Amino acid sequence: MAQLPANYRYLETHEWHRLDGDIVTIGITQIAADELTDVTYVSLPKIGAKVQANQKFGEVDSVKANSDLYSGVSGTVTEINAQLADNPGLVNNDPYEAGWMIKVQASDPKEFAALLGSEEYLKKTGH
Amino acid sequence: MLKRTPFYDFHVSAGAKLVDFAGWEMPLHYRGIIDEHEQTRRSGSMFDVSHMGRLHFTGKDAVAFLDRVLTRNVSAQKVGQSRYSLVCNESGGVLDDVIISRDQKNWILVCNASNREKLVKHFGDVRRAGSFDLDMSDQTESTAMVAIQGPKVIEKLADVLPGDVRGLKRYQFETGSLMMTKFTVFRSGYTGEDGVEVVLPARMASMAMRLLAGKLDKPDATIRPAGLGARDTLRLEAGMPLYGHELSETLDPLSAGLEWAVDLSKDFIGAVALRDIASAGPKRKLIGLELEGRRIARQGMPIKSADAIVGEVTSGTFSPTLQKSIAMAYVDAPLAIEGTALTADIKGSLTPAKIVKLPFYKR
Repeated sequence: MAQLPANYRYLETHEWHRLDGDIVTIGITQIAADELTDVTYVSLPKIGAKVQANQKFGEVDSVKANSDLYSGVSGTVTEINAQLADNPGLVNNDPYEAGWMIKVQASDPKEFAALLGSEEYLKKTGH
Repeated sequence: MLKRTPFYDFHVSAGAKLVDFAGWEMPLHYRGIIDEHEQTRRSGSMFDVSHMGRLHFTGKDAVAFLDRVLTRNVSAQKVGQSRYSLVCNESGGVLDDVIISRDQKNWILVCNASNREKLVKHFGDVRRAGSFDLDMSDQTESTAMVAIQGPKVIEKLADVLPGDVRGLKRYQFETGSLMMTKFTVFRSGYTGEDGVEVVLPARMASMAMRLLAGKLDKPDATIRPAGLGARDTLRLEAGMPLYGHELSETLDPLSAGLEWAVDLSKDFIGAVALRDIASAGPKRKLIGLELEGRRIARQGMPIKSADAIVGEVTSGTFSPTLQKSIAMAYVDAPLAIEGTALTADIKGSLTPAKIVKLPFYKR
């Protein structure tokens, strides 16, 4: 079974979320990265943009596929991972740390708590 | 139940990500598509292509039959020569693209895995209709086939493979014996690199793997395994068509820029329709595109000139060698000129693109 980081929470669409204070960092899981194969481009919102829970915030392009990115929480984008512009392979090589995508100042902490736990995520995605 | 090639156990032991490809369980990649792509351009890779169809033809009417079903003149083909050719339907659409090789006793036709059953049926129908006297045998599952491709491959294999591999010219082949096993070695490939494709008995596949590969699994090996993912990005950089993308039963070889593989002076299935297309000129032509930015234009996405749709993407990727987003597309013939500025409609966002010469990459 896939190893998932402790304390992260997930969407069925394979995004992970990590809470630090009221900042939620979002990326995609290793399962998703492996399924996409080599990531070639990540399209991210601008700093200051608003994101809505369960709404699209960007797109990821890989050699094999294009996929939309969803946020599990509502709020304002405070930071984006600028390293991905030159090195999108970070999403494949280190999806839970260096391959993070955006940081969101969450407007409702309850949204994070309501996301899937790792076991539920694995079960819902058939892994 | 998916079919497995004689190299299946190797794929599993090498950690391949396996996928269903035309009913076969095939490696998409072992380490990563880009890694395997770069390894092929820099040194060498080994691809299991055993899923591709291998049909043998022999008998009195084999030449007449092949001249009827193939777009190329095979009667002029010498023993030891291979040629790229098309199999067309009556309206000039492509049933498959194949490599036909003339051996001492028989003809060997290598076709796409996805089209093998269709071709076997088509060939059977043509043979009966024309009362051709020949034998056709499907050798796909009794043999294995590997493509070994890359700039360092020939030197590495010259002393291992039977025969004179160095002396083989591109699109030549020879058959030799090694340890009581018949090997057929073709100087051909689908990556834009030099290399060989080798056919051998299925039961000898694992022996051959040890022999050919040796230290295949070592990170510094000259030749490492590569999967279908890299095979696709390599062929796309090399501007080679892929059936189901650039070629189909409703697309003809002249529009695809394959007129060099179509001999309109002979009679073959599709010749009448193709002569009409040739005299009127194709309505759309296959071209190469370089896109701005890193986003990939994928099959089916519209190509636009101002607001008008003038074409459609057939294949696209982010080229690991050129570090550019590239695509092949059919566009209206008057626009199919190098340098023409167009846009690719990638999910609603118009990405500037310009027509460039094919291939994108040449060794």
